[in-house]
Amino acid sequence: MLSRTADNLYWLSRYTERADFVARILDATMRLAALPSGYGGERNEWEGAVAAAGNLDEFHRLYSALNEDTVRDFLAFSRNNPSSIANCIETARENARSVRTALTTQMWEAINGAWLELKRFNNAEMNREEFARFLDWVKNVSLAFDGSAYRTMLRSDPYWFTRLGLAIERADNTARILDVKYHVLLPETERVGGSLDYFQWTTILREVSALTAYHWVYRQSVKPWLVADLLILNRQMPRSLANCYELLVRHLDLIAEAYGRRGPSQRLASNMLARLSSARIEGIFTVGMHEFINDFVTENNKLGAAIAEQYLV
Amino acid sequence: MARAAFDEMTGTPNGHAPDGVRSAYADLKQWLDTSPPEFFDTRRSQAELFFRRIGITFAVYGDNQSTERLIPFDIIPRVLTKPEWSRLERGLKQRVTALNAFLRDLYGPQDCVKAGVVPADLIYKNPHYRLEMLGFEPPHGVYVHVAGIDIVRVDEDTFYVLEDNARTPSGVSYMLENREVMIRLFPELFAQHRVAPVENYPDALLATLRSVAPQTASRDPSVVLLTPGRFNSAFYEHSFLADKLGVELVEASDLFAKDDVVFMRTTEGPQRVDVIYRRIDDDFLDPLVFRPDSALGVPGLMSAYQAGNVTLANAVGTGISDDKAVYTYMPAIIRFFTGEEPILNNVPTWCCRDKEALSYVLDKLPELVVKEVNGSGGYGMLVGPHATKREVAEFARKLKHDPDGFIAQPTLSLSTCPTFVASGVAPRHVDLRPFVLTAADEIRIVPGGLTRVALKEGSLVVNSSQGGGTKDTWVLDD
Repeated sequence: MLSRTADNLYWLSRYTERADFVARILDATMRLAALPSGYGGERNEWEGAVAAAGNLDEFHRLYSALNEDTVRDFLAFSRNNPSSIANCIETARENARSVRTALTTQMWEAINGAWLELKRFNNAEMNREEFARFLDWVKNVSLAFDGSAYRTMLRSDPYWFTRLGLAIERADNTARILDVKYHVLLPETERVGGSLDYFQWTTILREVSALTAYHWVYRQSVKPWLVADLLILNRQMPRSLANCYELLVRHLDLIAEAYGRRGPSQRLASNMLARLSSARIEGIFTVGMHEFINDFVTENNKLGAAIAEQYLV
Repeated sequence: MARAAFDEMTGTPNGHAPDGVRSAYADLKQWLDTSPPEFFDTRRSQAELFFRRIGITFAVYGDNQSTERLIPFDIIPRVLTKPEWSRLERGLKQRVTALNAFLRDLYGPQDCVKAGVVPADLIYKNPHYRLEMLGFEPPHGVYVHVAGIDIVRVDEDTFYVLEDNARTPSGVSYMLENREVMIRLFPELFAQHRVAPVENYPDALLATLRSVAPQTASRDPSVVLLTPGRFNSAFYEHSFLADKLGVELVEASDLFAKDDVVFMRTTEGPQRVDVIYRRIDDDFLDPLVFRPDSALGVPGLMSAYQAGNVTLANAVGTGISDDKAVYTYMPAIIRFFTGEEPILNNVPTWCCRDKEALSYVLDKLPELVVKEVNGSGGYGMLVGPHATKREVAEFARKLKHDPDGFIAQPTLSLSTCPTFVASGVAPRHVDLRPFVLTAADEIRIVPGGLTRVALKEGSLVVNSSQGGGTKDTWVLDD
């Protein structure tokens, strides 16, 4: 297939996944912000939302104050933030339009329909209730798009490139949450702050849609080091780093097999999967979670670059 | 009609004061006064749709027409202030501490009977006093792990305990789902009010259940929730809780006992079970010990329990502590076991087993509420002021025939809260059921509980089986 087509499919998936991620961050942050001060821990949840789902420097260039209204505008609607939900849907649709023939009808209609509907939503007029419904709508768009891809695409290289986009974006998103919140996820031995952080942990779980899943995996009450374990190392968990790399390795292998050639991206992906498979959460805490995540993000970006160089340009 | 009731929004009888509002309700009243009616109509139908979609339904026994009904949900929340809640919380902890100590004593040294705190025949002749539990202490000495204490309010400062539920209290799923639907429908209200969260209840319940695992259990005890099955009226709640806890939802046929150890049948072979959060009554637990015709029970379960190899939550035999006749002795029981004055009082109650009380009750029957000692769900009770002469006469006969079986209370003017009814917003009577969790080492209560509301005008019966509805309960914090 054309490199340009693969590139469009890859970014189409990345941006629909990112729209969903930003919506979940906003949703969970609204909940956290509404809690009484005795439950919310530190009161800088909106700043955390920008750090996880956007870029603080960029934010401060555009707005003089950081509060719910400006963050909502920046993350959901701003044309100046390339990762705002509106821009994600716009970019996804642009990519979809250029590869219309590589998409199934259902995929195209899911993303094009969303793009048309997006115009209905106007931030300035929206109260919190309407905004909450907007976020629900965004989550449904991603669900419909991803479901269409999964159910209707031929299992060949176009499909594999959509999976690569999805997985690398997810890994990046989960790592961003960990990067912003690592200080509330402490190893078992450090009981700082105690249960004051409980609602911070459940917010993290909500951001990766894993609140109920947590209990099924660990069968005990929410513990910060197990939240870290779930997000980083647990392979059953769709948004964990380990599961994202399992997906990446599998689909890069399928591509390599089909093309009869392996390259740097296969090597980088399987190295990272091997590292994640042999790692234990205690070990990650020993090295320092912040360092671990920083390192992961660098490696994940490297893989993104390698995929681009090997296939997309 | 009952006396004028305290309205929790306006602070006045029956909510008829035009402008008065208690400060906790100030923003809500404004919201009610200024939002257009269409707004509320849409939200109410959205709430109903939400409940239908998640499948939170309730089976009403003896009603073949619709075996799956929704409990009506009222979108106007019931609000408690932090000081009000703090007092309730202290009172609840004290009461449940006493309940557990009382049970430990009744099945152990029986000091409270010897000291005359409760009459001996009330205990020893009571069908809920389980001889099987004598001389056996359940793991960590906890009997009532999950208690639902029904509380009513009659004025600004007075809360009464109406009833203790120490067997298998239900309703907590409504507390949790009501909050979820409110957060979804009214994010604006939540941004305006600082509402203490309840979503950590499943987590607290799981921690409670794990803490009481028997000594023989591993460090990672296996917990299950035992349900009578999907025909039970509370099945939704059982499946909901099991899912939130991340534990298996088992029926009796999934379990078996061998050599005094309980196992569940799994695809990987038998797996040991350490803690059973059972939502089945004592009578049905084990056909070898209790009702032999029970198909809901596990043969050999009691023997495993007595051997100390499995924890039942709640313990067997807790029914003696929430018996309606024993209830009348609760203030004395609290004093005896905690050495403190009760923080939460009982509703003044006449125990008809007492001769003087009986003649008073017979005399004043049309003014009183009379309850069967062993009844539940609002069945088998007489609400004097609402009963016909014939019903009163019939009840008087029942009373004379079996005085031990009944207690009587004055018709309380339960507080009211603004509620949506056909004609608009009107005050309706409410009660409150907070859920109290007792673990091996601590007592946990999430702030709030389930508010039940009697939707019919003037009605005091809040039970869902008799047309009661529910509300979200907000404890305001800062």
